[in-house]
Amino acid sequence: MSALEILRADGVMSVQDGGRPGKLALGLSRGGAMDLLALCEAAALLGREDVPAGIEMAGAGGRFAVTAPMRIALTGAPMAATLDGARLRWDAAHPVAAGQVLQLGAMAEGLYSYLVPAGGIATDPWLGSRAAHLAIGIGARLSAGEALRCGADPDPAAPARAIRVAPRFAGGTARVIDGPQTGLFDAEVLDAFFAATFIRAPRGNRQGVALDAPRRFASDHAAGLASDVIQPGDLQMTGDGLPYVLMAECQTMGGYPRIGTVIPEDLPMVAQAAPGARLRFRRIGTEEADRAWSTPADWRRRAAATLGPLLRDPADIPDLLSYTLISGVTAGDELDD
Amino acid sequence: MTRNTALTPEALPSGADGMILRFALRPGPEAMAAAARLAQRLEAAPPAGMVEICPALVSVFLRFDPARSTRRALAEAVLAEARALLRDPPAPPEPLRRWHLPVCFGGSHGPQLGEAARLAGLSETAAVAQLCAADLRVLAIGFAPGQPYLGLLPEAWGFPRMSELNPSVPQGAVTVAVRQLVIFAAQSATGWRSIGRTAMRPFQPGRETPVPLRAGDAIRLSPVAPGEFDALAEAADGMGGARPETLR
Repeated sequence: MSALEILRADGVMSVQDGGRPGKLALGLSRGGAMDLLALCEAAALLGREDVPAGIEMAGAGGRFAVTAPMRIALTGAPMAATLDGARLRWDAAHPVAAGQVLQLGAMAEGLYSYLVPAGGIATDPWLGSRAAHLAIGIGARLSAGEALRCGADPDPAAPARAIRVAPRFAGGTARVIDGPQTGLFDAEVLDAFFAATFIRAPRGNRQGVALDAPRRFASDHAAGLASDVIQPGDLQMTGDGLPYVLMAECQTMGGYPRIGTVIPEDLPMVAQAAPGARLRFRRIGTEEADRAWSTPADWRRRAAATLGPLLRDPADIPDLLSYTLISGVTAGDELDD
Repeated sequence: MTRNTALTPEALPSGADGMILRFALRPGPEAMAAAARLAQRLEAAPPAGMVEICPALVSVFLRFDPARSTRRALAEAVLAEARALLRDPPAPPEPLRRWHLPVCFGGSHGPQLGEAARLAGLSETAAVAQLCAADLRVLAIGFAPGQPYLGLLPEAWGFPRMSELNPSVPQGAVTVAVRQLVIFAAQSATGWRSIGRTAMRPFQPGRETPVPLRAGDAIRLSPVAPGEFDALAEAADGMGGARPETLR
């Protein structure tokens, strides 16, 4: 049985996968990876056709080892990564041998980084998913000394590969469709909302993130609203008139009015916006949203279309005689087209 | 004609692959009965492309597979169903069982009982008596896993949530706003006023049935003293003395 060992945990780490969609009637939100796109990118790098379970790292990384040779994919917020001291490219999959030490440092930007073994993390599922849902006590924060069971890598010696990733780690503009309460906001408030630049506030977690703005966006028509179903991406206005973006582990029902819903494709960018990052919202019609509809399988295929081998630059190689032509150990930025 | 003209069902977008069929903005007996009936019908005969359904108080959430249906086709199908249902005044579905649920009101277990009673225009004693006399239903399960919304309370309890959040209420907190009670499944921040506590755990992930209550169940509260609450909290089954009575 192969395993991924945690030698040291610097950030908040948990096992995450695609979560538990379809359980709203139990009061259970999807959960799963905050940046689901990062797990799809890992799937593309590892040649998988599903959304594998990996380790989500918030804020900082740690030190890891494997008990059997396997490839690991590194995606999400870019971290300084080394294998036995040699630098590894991010947004790439690398072969790792038993006994080697993988060191993942702090991220330069973004919030959530992912370490995904090729066989996926294979801990016991609950209601069809291995994802920790920390807010309700399912699974737990990972700590040093743990060894997580992994599926076998069908091709542990496969060469390192990398993908090209459009930046989504420093804020940006998210597309928003109207929600069931958009009509409760006055036109002036809606116009101001979609013209505003928001700052990601310090308060945020896997349930949601608070945003700050120079003005308030309250509805005068929301008193006594009946609670209804809420979901990740919803822009909920609490009593203070500032938006709170609901994220993966959000509640499933609420009575605060929502001004709209960030579409799934743009939610990873919101998740990765660190405190201080600037966020804007662009209102799109449901027809445009329906045309833009894409699934995690689409995201995986798009990432796979950018796949390439990882080649070393001969100028960086001190001893050409011991040079392996294709290797995962690189200067970090020389992905070959 | 018995057609109810007060309710105008609307199909509204709710996320990229979801919609909410809403009968009213605010809780009321007719809209709640209509939503419960619609959820029942759609569960029994799901329209093409519907992949998930979740009843709420006066609305029903649906998720669809955009590869198998369109927003417009689903909205038309569901609106037709909702309008058909409103041709007769909808009565709430009959409950299958009634839970008897011990609750410790006021004091440290319900620090805002006094405030809530004042908003309802009642003394604390009269407020507790009214809550325990109410023939409540589980209107929806949500917010957190297993967490029930109960109602409807008499109209005097129609005051809104607080605009400032209660920073933390414990698991089992019985809270009130907008003619409803919510029993918290886990510690949480909330805008609802905390008026009591039950030792029943609404979410028990290790059990075969992780969520004991179901939307549509009837509930009757009974007051217990703090000492009794402590004893009920020690019960190994996590049910806190809650007892189901089969009705039919």
